[in-house]
Amino acid sequence: MERTVRSIALGGLTALAAAVAVAQTPAVSPQVARGAALSKLGDCALCHTAEAGAPFAGGRAIPTPFGKVFASNITPDAQTGIGRYSEAEFARAMHKGVRRDGAELYPAFPYDHFTGASDADIAALYAFLMGRRPVRQDTPAPQLVPPLGFRPLMGVWKALYFHPQPFRPTPGKSDEWNRGAYLVETFGHCGACHTPHGALGAEQKAKALDGAFVEGWYAPPLNGKTPASMPWTADALYAYLRTGLGPTHAAAAGPMGEVTRELARAPEGEVRAMAVYLAERMAAAAPTATVDRESQAARAHPQGARLYAGACADCHEAGSAMMREGRPPLTLGTPLHEADPRDTLAIVLKGLEPPTGASGPFMPAFGAAFTDAQLADLAAYLRARFTDQPAWANLPAAARTARKETAT
Amino acid sequence: MSLTLNVNGVDHSLDVDPTTPLLYVLRDDLGLNGAKFGCGLGQCGACTVTVDGKAVFSCLLPALAARGRRIVTVEGLGTAAAPGAIQKAFETEQAAQCGYCIAGMIMRAKALLDANPKPTEAQIRAGLQPNLCRCGTHMRILRAVRRAAGLPSEPAPVRA
Repeated sequence: MERTVRSIALGGLTALAAAVAVAQTPAVSPQVARGAALSKLGDCALCHTAEAGAPFAGGRAIPTPFGKVFASNITPDAQTGIGRYSEAEFARAMHKGVRRDGAELYPAFPYDHFTGASDADIAALYAFLMGRRPVRQDTPAPQLVPPLGFRPLMGVWKALYFHPQPFRPTPGKSDEWNRGAYLVETFGHCGACHTPHGALGAEQKAKALDGAFVEGWYAPPLNGKTPASMPWTADALYAYLRTGLGPTHAAAAGPMGEVTRELARAPEGEVRAMAVYLAERMAAAAPTATVDRESQAARAHPQGARLYAGACADCHEAGSAMMREGRPPLTLGTPLHEADPRDTLAIVLKGLEPPTGASGPFMPAFGAAFTDAQLADLAAYLRARFTDQPAWANLPAAARTARKETAT
Repeated sequence: MSLTLNVNGVDHSLDVDPTTPLLYVLRDDLGLNGAKFGCGLGQCGACTVTVDGKAVFSCLLPALAARGRRIVTVEGLGTAAAPGAIQKAFETEQAAQCGYCIAGMIMRAKALLDANPKPTEAQIRAGLQPNLCRCGTHMRILRAVRRAAGLPSEPAPVRA
């Protein structure tokens, strides 16, 4: 409650500050405004900002199966940023993954998505980024397993996996649907997390948006394979993307929480178009039964039932204060219905914490409160009580792994 | 149900419902009133104690889950006559106004400094982030934590 009140108060102050800022800042050109919107739809700042660092100044470590690369400084600083990039050089980086000096960029930079972006949109993004304040900040060198530190090898990777092509609208679909498809496939680069990657790190296009493991989380399918109990509608998805809260599905956790905070500030119509497109892709899924097998689950997992009663029920049980606030009931919770327990375990371990000063769904972290064995008992109970899915196998090992993966 | 809890180094055999929050057991059964009930939802930190050295919200920890683990409350750090180092630092900096949050703040700081005796200012702020003070004595609390860690009273500027 306290935190909600604080968020509202901060929200008010932020709105006031924004209003003052707008009043004092000279009006930006429509092209720059367009670029700013695209940067939010593409979540550029999410990767290109270090923790507590200056926005767009880079330095955030991006874990890959092959080591770490660091997102670059994309402020217009001439020495350490993109200050010397011409518009054509910037477009080449976005469309083809080539740095200003001709070196290959690592595909952790999702140019395989941006390749489909229109020239006008790339120009707008360039105008926006080049108009920002330059920040001098060197980007750390990649820390990759040999021989991947040798950038020309990326040329081989590209020959195998990179197929540049502009986005092509689907005939017979509405303009809004096609707009959403464009944003999802290009700037939004949803597939970078939600599509499984092959042995050499490339997205498996045949499994586009099938769901994938990423940074200790499972990014669920955004197509007919969705494990959601209730079918996603465009309205429900729009609300989720803008607020991080889907009352009939889940709260956005992990990296998705950051995505929703960016989308909250993007143009409404653009986010709605993405929702329209993705909701239709997910519409093929059959709704699953919602269940609440309380006594059955308690008999099978008595320890888990007690932990739930003491730690979770005050917020998650029907009639609790949080449920009256419109939080998703666990019986509809998407993570509990996923084939892998990773998201459930990660959410219990880490909770949901909006960054200081930001609003968003909140849940306290239980990583210090529960042992791995207790975490496993609790997850087994939740799965048995709130879903009709088979029990998760090997939960104690999964709990240990999840704790290691969420330790950073 | 009988449950044995190790609190401040002493084993206590208790007859309690295993789902009872640890906070209620500490206050009602053991008379340890340092940890406070604030929100009951894990959002304010007034109930913070350490379990196996880590700070937890005792309002959300079922007593059952604390069985066999090492629980320390603010009473375990020292007494009014002989306060522990962190308690002494809070006292010297006059960090308490109404004092309701302070036992939780001290235990959160204890867990932080035990794990990281010389934290940076950013680490102190991130470490104390889960605990709220409605009086607004945060700057004094931060000074007290720096004092307990033997750090300069005023930190190097934190980059926003």
